[in-house]
Amino acid sequence: MKFVDEFREPELALRLVAQIRETATRRWVLMDVCGGQTHSLLRYGIEVALEDCVELIHGPGCPVCVTSCESIDFALQLAMQPHVIVASFGDMLRVPGSRESLLDVRARGGRVQMVYSPMDAVELARNHPDCQVVFFAVGFETTAPATALAALHAEQLGLDNFSMLVTHVRVLPAMEALLLSPVNRVQAFLAAGHVCAVTGFAEYDVLVDRFRVPVVVTGFEPIDLLQGILGAVQQLEAGGHCVSNCYARSVSREGNINAQKTVETVYEVADRDWRGFGSIRNGGLILRDRFERFDSEKRFATNQMNPISVVNTCLSSEVLSGQIKPPQCPYFGNACTPDSPLGAPMVSSEGACAAYFRYQWLQSK
Amino acid sequence: MCLGVPGRVSAWLDRDPLFARANIEFDGIQRECHMACVPEAEIGDYVIIHAGVAICLVDQAEARRVFDELNRLNLLAELETDVVTEATPIESKRDEP
Repeated sequence: MKFVDEFREPELALRLVAQIRETATRRWVLMDVCGGQTHSLLRYGIEVALEDCVELIHGPGCPVCVTSCESIDFALQLAMQPHVIVASFGDMLRVPGSRESLLDVRARGGRVQMVYSPMDAVELARNHPDCQVVFFAVGFETTAPATALAALHAEQLGLDNFSMLVTHVRVLPAMEALLLSPVNRVQAFLAAGHVCAVTGFAEYDVLVDRFRVPVVVTGFEPIDLLQGILGAVQQLEAGGHCVSNCYARSVSREGNINAQKTVETVYEVADRDWRGFGSIRNGGLILRDRFERFDSEKRFATNQMNPISVVNTCLSSEVLSGQIKPPQCPYFGNACTPDSPLGAPMVSSEGACAAYFRYQWLQSK
Repeated sequence: MCLGVPGRVSAWLDRDPLFARANIEFDGIQRECHMACVPEAEIGDYVIIHAGVAICLVDQAEARRVFDELNRLNLLAELETDVVTEATPIESKRDEP
C-alpha cells in the first residue's frame, strides 16, 4: 500500500457517488477550504458527478491568493535592492502585487529564488554570506512548522543575513468569518486534511457548536473527498452537527504535538489582513519577540512603501468567499486567463479560477 | 500549498532534535527531508512530506482498515446488484397478465 493509488480506485469512487446520491434528499451546499482539494474535486470530475445532489463551493483555500498586496509589493521592492535575494515557493512568485509579480521583477534583473523548502532558503543564506536572504513565508498551518524550523535553524546557525517576511494565515478564523457573513451559504465544511494533520481537529468543536455546522476532516484523493462529502451529507440529513474525521490515516484529534510546539516557539497568533476579505481577527501568525531579528519587516523597515492604488476589476473576493463560482465571473476565460490574469486565484496553481480554467473541458461534459 | 506527499522512511541521516533528517522514498525516488516534527518515525514508516518537512506519520493500519471496509461495502453492493439483476426477470414474469 502506498496511500495514493488505492484511494483513486474508480469502482469504489462510483460506489461512493451512488451512496451520496441515495443519501441526499436535497441539494446541500458544502465548502472546501483547501486549494489542493478544490483542484482534486475538479480534476477527478467529482463536482460534475454530484452536481444535482451537492453544490460544492470553494473557499479561501489558497494562501498565496489571500496574501495582501502590500506584502507582495514589499517583497518586490526588496528583490530590486542590491545584495538582497528574495526566496519563496513557486506559487508565491507568480502572484501579482499591485502591478507585477516576483517573477516579473526577476525578469527585470531582481534577485528572486524559487525554493522547495524554507530550509533551502536558510542554505541559500549560508552560501551567500554577502547577501541578505529574505524568505517570503506564506501558507496555512500546514506550512508553519516548516518555516518555524527555518527560523530555529537560522538562530542555531547564528545567521545574520537571513530573515522572513511572514504572512502565514490561519484557516479556522476565516471559516468563522465566512459563517458570520450575511451572504453565507455554507451548510457544511470539508476541513483541510493537512492543516488538521498539524493542528488536530479539537479546535473545530467551538465552531461546530456555535454555528451548528458539520465539519468533516477530509483528505485529497478522490476516495477521501467522496468519503468526506458522504460524511457531511449524512450529518446534514440527520440534522446533526459534529466534527468527524474521514482522513484518520493522517489526522488525529490532537494533531502533531511536536509540530505545534515548533510553531508556538516561533510564532504567536495575530490579526491578519486577507486579500479580498480585509482584516481577520486572529487570522495570522507573526514572529515572537525572540525572533525579531529575523523579521524582514523590521530589518528593512525604512524600505516600507505606501500601498499603490490600482483599480482592479477582479472579483476574487466573491470567488474566495464562495459567493460566485469562477465561470460566473464576466472576465473568466476572456479578459482573465492564466496567461493574462486579473487576480491571484487565476494565476496561482491552487487558485479556484485556475482550477476551473484548467479542467473546464470536464465541466462541459 | 497544503499538498503533502506520502513517502517511506528509508534511512535516518541525523537524529538531532532540531536538525533531524532522513532519506524518504517516493515511488523509487529518494529525497532528504527534515524530520524534527516526526522524530518517532522508524525505517519503513510512511510520513506526509510538505515543503521538505515531515508533518505527520501515516497510520498504515488505519489506512488498511478504511480501505478494506470500503472494499467490503463495495463487494456487498455488487452482490446486492447481482441479486436484484437476477431477480428482475422473475418479478417481470409475475407482472405479466
